[in-house]
Amino acid sequence: MAIVNDHTVKAFDEDLNRLRGLISEMGGRAEQALLQAMTALNTGDLALAAQVVEGDRKIDALEAEVEQLAVQTIALRAPMADDLREMIAALKIVSVVERIGDYAKNIAKRVALMDQTRSIEAIPVMMSMSGIVAELVHDALDSFAARDADLAVRVTVRDKIVDDFYNSIFRTLVTFMMENPKHITESAHLLFIAKNLERMGDHATNIAEMVHYVVTGERMEERERGETPEGSAAAEQEQG
Amino acid sequence: MTQDDLTIADPKMRAHGVNVFYGDKQAINDVSIDVGTDLVTAFIGPSGCGKSTFLRSLNRMNDTVASARVTGRIELDGEDIYAPSMDVVQLRARVGMVFQKPNPFPKSIYDNVAYGPRIHGLAPGKADLDGIVESALTRAGLWDEVKDRLAESGTALSGGQQQRLCIARAIAVDPEVILMDEPCSALDPIATAKIEELIHELRGKFAIVIVTHNMQQAARVSQRTAFFHLGTLVEYGKTTDIFTNPRQERTKDYITGRYG
Repeated sequence: MAIVNDHTVKAFDEDLNRLRGLISEMGGRAEQALLQAMTALNTGDLALAAQVVEGDRKIDALEAEVEQLAVQTIALRAPMADDLREMIAALKIVSVVERIGDYAKNIAKRVALMDQTRSIEAIPVMMSMSGIVAELVHDALDSFAARDADLAVRVTVRDKIVDDFYNSIFRTLVTFMMENPKHITESAHLLFIAKNLERMGDHATNIAEMVHYVVTGERMEERERGETPEGSAAAEQEQG
Repeated sequence: MTQDDLTIADPKMRAHGVNVFYGDKQAINDVSIDVGTDLVTAFIGPSGCGKSTFLRSLNRMNDTVASARVTGRIELDGEDIYAPSMDVVQLRARVGMVFQKPNPFPKSIYDNVAYGPRIHGLAPGKADLDGIVESALTRAGLWDEVKDRLAESGTALSGGQQQRLCIARAIAVDPEVILMDEPCSALDPIATAKIEELIHELRGKFAIVIVTHNMQQAARVSQRTAFFHLGTLVEYGKTTDIFTNPRQERTKDYITGRYG
C-alpha cells in the first residue's frame, strides 16, 4: 500500500474518509446479510431470514448516501488523478454491493419456501461456498479501504474456487432431482441460491478489479487473474 | 521524467537541455520538450517552479532581464532562436505573447490591433489594414462587440474584452506560436470561458502554449500538459493521462492538492 499524503484542504480528506467509512459499513452489512441468510437457510430460522430482508433497506439507504456524497465531492472538490478514480469507483462499487445485498435478500426470501429440505446433501457444501464468498466480499472491500492492489488481485484469483463450487453443486442437485422428483421444487430453489452465491463472487471480483484501477490507474489484465474468460466454466456446465 | 509515447512528428518548437539562470540562481534545469503545431500545450506547477520563465525563454522575453542567461537549444521550425543571426523582433512576431494582466496600448481599439501589422509592414494600404483588423478581432471573438466603436480607447473595454483585444493584437501579425502567461487569472468566469472557447477555436491555426495556475483550465483547454517543479520538468504527457493517471508521485500530489 502506497503512503498517501494528506490534502492541503483538510475538509477534502474528511469527505474522503466519510465516503470510505460509508462504503465499509455497507460492505460489512452485505457480508453479514449473506452469512445470516445462509445460516437461516441451514437452520430454518425464519426470524433471522426476515431480519435479512428488513436489513436490506439499510444497505439501499447507504448506497443513496454514498452516491450523494460522491456527486457532491466531485462537484465541490473537483478531484483529480487517484482521487477522481476513487470517486468513480466508489459510485460503481456501491451499486455492486447493493446487488450483493439483493442476492442475500433473495436467499433469505427462499428460506420460508423450503422447510422440508434440510437433509439435502448440497446444503453443507453451499455453506462452505458461502463462507468463501463472504471472505471475497470482505477482502474486496478491505482492498478498497486500504488501496491494496495485491489483495484485489488475490480476490479475483480466488473467485475460481467459487465457480468450482457452483459447478459441483449444480451437478449434485441435478442428480438429486433425478433421484428425488418430489424434491424438485426445493432443489430448484437451492440451484438459484447457489447461482446467487456464484454471482456474489463475481461481484466481489468486479469490486476488486475497480480497486486495482483506483490504485494503479490500469485495468487488471486477464493474465493477472490467471483464468479463462469470465464465467465460461459455469456457462458450459449449465448448457451441458 | 517520463516521455511515454509522446513523439510529436513535426514539432513547431523544440527545446533541448535548456537551462535558465538569473545571475547565480538557476531557474530552469535541463528542460527538453517538444511543442506540437496543432496542439495546445499547458505548463502547470506551483509558483516559482519556472514555468513562466521557461515560457518567456521561448520568444526570448528573458533578454529584457539583464541578469538572465539561457543555455541549451531552443528551435522554432528547426532554427535556433538564440543564434546571433536571429532577428528578435521578427521572432516575437512569429512567437506572440499574451500576458496575465491585459495590457492594451492607450490607443484606440483599431490602433491596438493595427500597430503590429503597421510596424511589420504587413498592410500596404488602408483597405488591407482594415481587413487585417477586422479579421483579427473576429478571430479573437471581439468584432461584434467593438465594430461600432473602433475609435474608442482599448483601455475603456472590460477586462475580458481587453484580454481578447490583446489576443487580437497578437494574432494580427499572423504568428506561428502564441504564448499565454496566465491569460485568465485577472478575469471573471464568463470572460474566462470566452478566452477558453477562443483558445479552442485558435487551435490548429497557431501552436498555443499556456501557463496556468488553474488546473481545471489546463485540463479543459490543452491536449498536452507539462508539470514543472523546482525548475525541472517533472512530467510531460497527454493531458488526459496527466489528470487521470499521472506517472510521477510529485505530479499526482500537485494535481490532487496534496502538494506542500
